[in-house]
Amino acid sequence: MKRLLVLGAGTAGTVVVNKLRPRLDPAEWHITVVDQDACHHYQAGYLFIPFGIYRRRDVERPRRDFIPAGVEMILGQIEEIDPERQRVALAGGRHLDYDYLVIATGTRPVPAQTPGYDGDAVGDSIHQFYTADGAVALYERLKSWEGGRMVVNIMEFPFKCPVAPLEFTFLADWWFREHGRRDKVELVFATPMSEVFTKPVAASHLTGVLEAKEIRVETDLYVERIDADAGALVAYDGRELPYDLLVTVPVNMGAEVVARAGLGDELNHVPVDKGTFLSTRYPNIFALGDAAALPTSKAGSVAHFSVEVFADNFPRYVEGLEMLERFDGHANCFIESGFGKGLLIDFNYDTEPLPGKYPLPGIGPFSLLQETVTNHWGKMMFRWVYWNLLLRGREIPLPAEMSMYGKER
Amino acid sequence: MPIATIAGREVSLNDEGFMTDPAQWTEEIATFLAGQIGIDPLTDEHWKVIRFLRSDYTEQGETATLRRVSTLAGVDTKALYTLFPGKPARKMAYVAGLPKPKGCV
Repeated sequence: MKRLLVLGAGTAGTVVVNKLRPRLDPAEWHITVVDQDACHHYQAGYLFIPFGIYRRRDVERPRRDFIPAGVEMILGQIEEIDPERQRVALAGGRHLDYDYLVIATGTRPVPAQTPGYDGDAVGDSIHQFYTADGAVALYERLKSWEGGRMVVNIMEFPFKCPVAPLEFTFLADWWFREHGRRDKVELVFATPMSEVFTKPVAASHLTGVLEAKEIRVETDLYVERIDADAGALVAYDGRELPYDLLVTVPVNMGAEVVARAGLGDELNHVPVDKGTFLSTRYPNIFALGDAAALPTSKAGSVAHFSVEVFADNFPRYVEGLEMLERFDGHANCFIESGFGKGLLIDFNYDTEPLPGKYPLPGIGPFSLLQETVTNHWGKMMFRWVYWNLLLRGREIPLPAEMSMYGKER
Repeated sequence: MPIATIAGREVSLNDEGFMTDPAQWTEEIATFLAGQIGIDPLTDEHWKVIRFLRSDYTEQGETATLRRVSTLAGVDTKALYTLFPGKPARKMAYVAGLPKPKGCV
């Protein structure tokens, strides 16, 4: 009996066991997936919690509901990965031996990486929305906030869902207008990059949207520390950006256990071949989803598309055959922009987000890099798609490989 | 694509003046490029960073980020801002003859 062990039952880990169970003979393959807690989070939904659009119950489901029959699910803390002995140790002394390992332990916000991100100010003047608890605390704070300068900042790249801080800022603009408080709020978007987005065409579209919404942009702000007493971000170049309410994207890092095993880069993400997700160091270890160090977005869409490629390749690979499919870095993201509208971007390793229609060329129904009502409904309907189709590995009519049809250069 | 002669060698540059072929780089070119952006002279600390960037690029195929340099080269971020004032990530890459870091999506 061969053993496939998947670490992490988030988006990538859950989809991979759903895709592989039907493709691997149950008489030959034992599949196990491990996660540290019982609750699956629809992380894309955190964004809506601070504005009261979603509540916690909308983004949480039991993980087991999405694990197919014939896959063993273990709840436990992963203590150690030993690639030489092909063994994973769990808290409490249990060991799991494997023939093939898939690391899908994701990436997570690590506030402690930023000096000053601690103490009483956290949850008062310093907030983040990258955890359910953080998003709920921000919802409570916004309800009673009188106004002032709200700074939305990014501490470090890469981080998951790279459009989320922009979306948060757009939604904040909408929400304060809806509540008659926009004139009491100054909105500032601060990023360590020289542009508001990493890709030029999308950056210029999004800069236009920011200007129209009267959101000030502060670029090249690489934060050294938070001075919570003064209420300011202090940058390495000496600049200080004062805030009354800070909504930050903390430094994102992969799992500690990845670092302890010597499998991570400087942010504990696993270096892999960007076409096949095979570890650059071990021929029986793959990394999928946010856990992998790939030059594309850390996002659910990437996890989904990359697992489709991986699931086609893996049964060939274990028979000693060449992996025929190569991932192109395909990502797509709805960008909620407030007032019931949204944008959509679709891109890969080589092609930046461009205007056009998606997924059907000329028809859509979604419009790329344009604010439309249909895009907004696409985003809102996606939660249903996520829980009912995507996680369970069912067919979604969106090809894994990006298409140039429908895009305008 | 503009071609310039620097320190006796022909090098191709992009619109922003970054070298487009890392193989054309020499230490003399680095000294010249550093002077262009007001870094003169290049100290041992500068060279430590530049040599790390060069060897890391050879292995990884991408220009190291500030965090990668500070974690792996033993020169902290604050020091990088002192060595390459203003926009260190761009300036380091410029002097080392490498593409400016992409700062992943």
